[in-house]
Amino acid sequence: MNAPVMPPSIPGTRPPDTPFVAIEGLRRTFDVSRPWLARVIERQPRQILRAVDGVSFEIRRGETFALVGESGSGKSTVARMVVGLLPPSAGDVRITGISMTDPRQAADRRRLRRRIQMIFQDPYASMNPRWRVRRIIAEPIRAFNLLQGDIAIARRVGELLSLVGLHPDDGVKYPHEFSGGQRQRIAIARALASEAEFLVGDEPTSALDVSVQAQILNLMRDLQDRLGLTYLFISHNLAVVRHMANRIGVMYLGRVVEIADGRELFRAPKHPYTRMLLDAVPDIGLTGRKRIPVSGEIPNPIDPPAGCAFNPRCPFANERCRIEVPALVEGVACHAFQERRLPA
Amino acid sequence: MTEPVLSVRNLRVAFAGRRGTLTAIDDVSFDIARGEILGVVGESGAGKSVTGSAVIGLIDPPGGIVGGEIRLQGERIDTLSPEAMRRIRGRRIGMIFQDPLTSLNPLYRVGRQIVETIRTHTDLSEKAARHRAIDLLAEVGIPAPERRIDGYPHEFSGGMRQRVVIALALAAEPELIIADEPTTALDVSVQAQIIALLKRLGTERGTAVMLVTHDMGVIAEAADRVAVMYSGRIAEIGPVRDVVQNPLHPYAKGLMGAIPTLAQETDRLAQIPGSMPRLSNIPKGCAFNPRCPSVFARCVVERPDPIPVGAHRVACHLYDRSEASAA
Repeated sequence: MNAPVMPPSIPGTRPPDTPFVAIEGLRRTFDVSRPWLARVIERQPRQILRAVDGVSFEIRRGETFALVGESGSGKSTVARMVVGLLPPSAGDVRITGISMTDPRQAADRRRLRRRIQMIFQDPYASMNPRWRVRRIIAEPIRAFNLLQGDIAIARRVGELLSLVGLHPDDGVKYPHEFSGGQRQRIAIARALASEAEFLVGDEPTSALDVSVQAQILNLMRDLQDRLGLTYLFISHNLAVVRHMANRIGVMYLGRVVEIADGRELFRAPKHPYTRMLLDAVPDIGLTGRKRIPVSGEIPNPIDPPAGCAFNPRCPFANERCRIEVPALVEGVACHAFQERRLPA
Repeated sequence: MTEPVLSVRNLRVAFAGRRGTLTAIDDVSFDIARGEILGVVGESGAGKSVTGSAVIGLIDPPGGIVGGEIRLQGERIDTLSPEAMRRIRGRRIGMIFQDPLTSLNPLYRVGRQIVETIRTHTDLSEKAARHRAIDLLAEVGIPAPERRIDGYPHEFSGGMRQRVVIALALAAEPELIIADEPTTALDVSVQAQIIALLKRLGTERGTAVMLVTHDMGVIAEAADRVAVMYSGRIAEIGPVRDVVQNPLHPYAKGLMGAIPTLAQETDRLAQIPGSMPRLSNIPKGCAFNPRCPSVFARCVVERPDPIPVGAHRVACHLYDRSEASAA
């Protein structure tokens, strides 16, 4: 395989020590109240769902950062705010120093856009079923005016199809003629068509069978090596995350409870929730082990517990945990950890 | 040796279509002993759910069982009338599906649904049945069952609903439970609780469980034996630890290598090229031959039958002794 080709730097990039992606105090609330009239008649207050509450982390160029969590943890909402599909209620996302929200940087942002692409769980839903695959992949090239002339574009589409392990002739087919794994390859080819360098994958392999999942995960790693891509990888599957990520953020009810290097997180998880999660996940490498029983379920995010959201399920919770929200200090948001109350 | 609770022999299930008959299950045989959990694993289209549906007699036309036999405690059940089969379902075979809401009536309190099931299959009085329902809810780990019994399904969380469904499946003390992806819709922390519950059924009640899932991790944790299905056939069946750590069939080998694990770091996952064939286009010989790294001449002409290798049974020509001696 070729030596890694680093993509050209973006004009206006700040010095190399600025993180590639910086997420600062990101928050997103959704109004899930009933209609006004129903509220007035039944004297109900507004209901606000805090999907993401004060999330901050950084992603370095060329690394894979993974967000992992159970349903309702807010990981997908973070992904949608990072790519700009959803405006944050507060906080900011900066990619190469360019704010995704600041109206004064709208022009810079427009130039940045094509370098950020998203890969979804269901690739079929993100493709026009009436378009041939070659047109689907060529669309970003045409939209961003990256190449002139049909011949040049057709050649590039052929290259992209080969890059993701399909045949250049597959371009004449329609999306329905492909299997789930092949469609995800097409989605990746389309993402790369705009010369993206930052890919956000929201459960990109969760709908695939394991043997096909392995193909896509291997492909994503190969492409990262060849093209120097940066990934934000969202998944509920800890084993997949371990396989893919350099660094991992664990989310619970809208907050990041622990951030650590991948190896460190699996070797020595610190937050009680991370420990519980690692202990609970069924895994083929750990058949027949003794489990520590897990108790309880994720609370309703509309009415989260006061203090640390994990406190009702946490064996180490005390009075402070029920009142005060723990801040993320040295990668862990846990009073018990900071007070050294956790067993080793 | 005691008789297995469930014995499936040479089962064939086919669906009649406009363009001919599609064989979804082709010559599948397995047993499940008392208190045993048999995991049935495979990728989409392997036929694992159809196998489960065949056992409970719920294959809808145009599909049907076209060959083989299914015995429950030695008694043939695949030839029973729909009416007789309906009495066996719920009474002797319990069912748990992926989405608990499909098994629960949203308009009735859960207690009423369990009591009704108990009274359909036993001659307990209303009051005794209600007591039993509360015991069942307690047994499956629902807190404050004497209060929760009067809740409606929507008042329970996903994990609690699945527990109610398990209580419902246990209501008539069945000998066999068919669980089709029972933990797939649940979060991992809840998944672990349900797996522990299923395992307890086997050890404490002696219930035989057929656990159908695509998640090899769940099988590795819960099952005693595992059958790996591919394209409507069992590729390999054996004790779960053996099959996971030392798979013999090339498909099982590829499958185990393709699954990322928490136990160790791998640089690259094993990759099986291609995907499972469609039912309308199953290759001649061994169905896995176009994807198999060890394919040889015999594989493309002759379909391998399961042969015993140690504690496993493997449907692969590589393990045929006559082949080995000839080579």
